[in-house]
Amino acid sequence: MSTVADVVAIGCLLAGAFLCLTAGLGLVRFPDVLSRMHAGTKPQVLGVLLIMVGGAIRLSGWSATWMLLLVAAFQLLTAPVSAHLISRVAYRRRHVRRDLLLVDELADGGHQDAVHRGDEPGDAPPEEPPPAR
Amino acid sequence: MSVEPAATRLRHQVPLVVWLVLVWILLWGTWSWANVVSGLVVALAVLVFLPLPHVVGGIRVRPLALLAFVGQFVTDLVVSGAQVAWLALRPGGARQSAIVRVQLHADSDLLLTMVAEATSLVPGSLVLDLDREARVMTVHLLHVRDHAHVEREKADVLRTEQRLVGAFGSAADVESLRAVRHATPAGRTP
Repeated sequence: MSTVADVVAIGCLLAGAFLCLTAGLGLVRFPDVLSRMHAGTKPQVLGVLLIMVGGAIRLSGWSATWMLLLVAAFQLLTAPVSAHLISRVAYRRRHVRRDLLLVDELADGGHQDAVHRGDEPGDAPPEEPPPAR
Repeated sequence: MSVEPAATRLRHQVPLVVWLVLVWILLWGTWSWANVVSGLVVALAVLVFLPLPHVVGGIRVRPLALLAFVGQFVTDLVVSGAQVAWLALRPGGARQSAIVRVQLHADSDLLLTMVAEATSLVPGSLVLDLDREARVMTVHLLHVRDHAHVEREKADVLRTEQRLVGAFGSAADVESLRAVRHATPAGRTP
């Protein structure tokens, strides 16, 4: 009985750790901010959930289980919010690899900042040329 | 914003108080009356010092539809995790992505929030922007092969919305969504 539980717990922990590793790899390997946010939200959320399940099985105390349940709930609630805010700012500041986009239905909606602040990547042209001195 | 009677306001705050007390007890990890009482004190303090607007429009929970949604959601979460993990590992990496706008039909702050949350957590999609007035959600898709794939992903978002409205929406929400779906063929955004 406890052996089976241990095996399940180890499986969950290993799978979770592996998913967190792929999230880290994705952060390094994906081409732009928007894609990296995908790596930040998805495998990592599932990875944390799996680690929580593994931990709950292994720790076998209700107090710890409740705590892990809370961690999982807040993880699910907050991860999309932070990812959304970062990607929204990234889009407005033109940190987007447009050559990799198949379609961009947001492009003609005035969703980008019109001012050029100088922190855009080199391939993002300013909307208006900087004023001549 | 109109001033509402104190009783109504209190009734709207009750779920929040219950939730805060529950979180408090879970954090302590043990059930005791002292925890309940101290949790109540903390919850009331939070409500008084950090007042939140209550969520407009009541929701009702349908257990069966909720179960269907949760089941599909967990499946999607696992599939999505595996897909993104594979994209991060495979030699080519992620190549082609897309930014699309999806016309939603639900007209409730809470439902739209849930749709956005669920969309952000399931396969290859990330919410960039949500236009509350027009109910248009802008979604970034991590990996698309072609335009047909883009349309499929859009239809997926609409199906998520449909399941969520089925699980949480009021009778009026469900009815209006059904009317819309009869007007436009499945999976098509007008």
